[in-house]
Amino acid sequence: MTSTAAPRAVAGRRARITAITSGKGGVGKTFLSANLAAALARQGEKVLVLDADLGLANLDVVLNLFPKITLHDVFTGKNTLDQAILEAPGGFSVLLAGSGMVEYSRLTPEVREQLVAVVQQIVPRFDRILLDTGAGISDVVLYTVSLADEVLIVATPEPTSLTDAYATIKVLATTQGRRDIRVLVNQVSKPGEGRIIRGQLQQVVDRFVSPGLEVPVKLEFVGEVPIDPSVRDAVKRRQLLIDCLPGSAAAQAVVAAATRLRA
Amino acid sequence: MNSKPELLQHPATGALRLEQALSLLAQSGQVRLQGPEGSNAWLQSLIDGLCDLSSRDGLTGLANRRNFENAIARESDRVARSGEPALLLMVDIDHFKRINDHHGHVAGDLVIKAVAESLAATVRPMDLVARIGGEEFAIILPNCPPAFGSAVAERIRAQVEGRMIPLVGGQMLGCTISIGGAYAPQWVRSTPAVWMERSDLQLYRAKSEGRNRTCLEPTPVSTVSAEEKGLLFASSIFGDLT
Repeated sequence: MTSTAAPRAVAGRRARITAITSGKGGVGKTFLSANLAAALARQGEKVLVLDADLGLANLDVVLNLFPKITLHDVFTGKNTLDQAILEAPGGFSVLLAGSGMVEYSRLTPEVREQLVAVVQQIVPRFDRILLDTGAGISDVVLYTVSLADEVLIVATPEPTSLTDAYATIKVLATTQGRRDIRVLVNQVSKPGEGRIIRGQLQQVVDRFVSPGLEVPVKLEFVGEVPIDPSVRDAVKRRQLLIDCLPGSAAAQAVVAAATRLRA
Repeated sequence: MNSKPELLQHPATGALRLEQALSLLAQSGQVRLQGPEGSNAWLQSLIDGLCDLSSRDGLTGLANRRNFENAIARESDRVARSGEPALLLMVDIDHFKRINDHHGHVAGDLVIKAVAESLAATVRPMDLVARIGGEEFAIILPNCPPAFGSAVAERIRAQVEGRMIPLVGGQMLGCTISIGGAYAPQWVRSTPAVWMERSDLQLYRAKSEGRNRTCLEPTPVSTVSAEEKGLLFASSIFGDLT
């Protein structure tokens, strides 16, 4: 594994930072982050995924990486940021949190400063940074999201996921002034279900969240990924879906979502 | 506490001797030793009694600081795994020094005891009320939904404010408390020290805003009402969920 994957800063380059969050855990957020990153990389973007799930990170598991140097070592000053940026199989870079991050899962002023310092250093080197946040709406998650230019919410048609996605949208709208939030629906069982879900979310937001705000919140539909056994196969093999089963319905849906993310 | 209870310890080793342990238990008045002296049952009840005594505050009978520190470590670990909302309240008697100065230490102790009683009587049995300093208390409330936090804190504050404490000599004295509180971060592993610090910060806020009030760390509005859920699931894809 190379540890010199970090491209140099390029004059005028400034990555677009996209936070990927969900409210509820287990909706495929990390799986989608990795595959979206690979799809964006194929479309020509220089992409870095920052595993911002500091407490319970598992991007390394999805990507089958065994990092020796992680964000933890950067935070403690043991290693440089360049040493911690790794090349992932899908042609993008990753910064992994590692399992030694327990003490960083609380939003202390030090964690804040260190996260900002890391983001500041990587922003001029990439076109896109995906922040894979933890589950829930903890202050670390909210803080991580606050560093992003845009937010992508991952939801599934499960009522619990939908409720948590809605709660996340509400908090982001009221505490961070987010007005444009993107929605990607995972694990849909029928085509068109994703749009219906976005519509439901928008309806409740219009009724209960936007009236208290000067500018209403707009939810932008980024796509839907169908329930597809090939997803499980890819995760089991610990490979990227869009690499190992590119013809599958889910892989094509991820690629389409990546295209819409670039718009 | 105004005077520390004198611990009877072995003069050379500092270890607690049997006769001193028995005397401590007798003083506490809470432990009944079982079985014939020297039997296993008797020894076990002696050990249990000492353990209990070492986890309690002598003046109020509440959990002491050591007991509290164990409990908060357990709770913050549990919350990180379960995602349950848990609230930590820090309580401080307002102008306690003034009470001591004006009415004496005996009155001060009576006030501490009365506040301790009010606190213990106002929370649920599963909550832990501890005396963690002179006029400072802490309450751990596991599984306390964020929507109820302020109401609980306010109920405790009002309970103490509404209580008149009879002093020796028949005089009645009222007192107030300030309360600060913060929720443990759900799903996020953290340390008890940070949780206490956040609650303390709110207690400080309550004090500086004029005392006799409650301040909880503002939580983002993340609760979803039944009405919101109703509309959220009002689509045929959810069948009869609502």
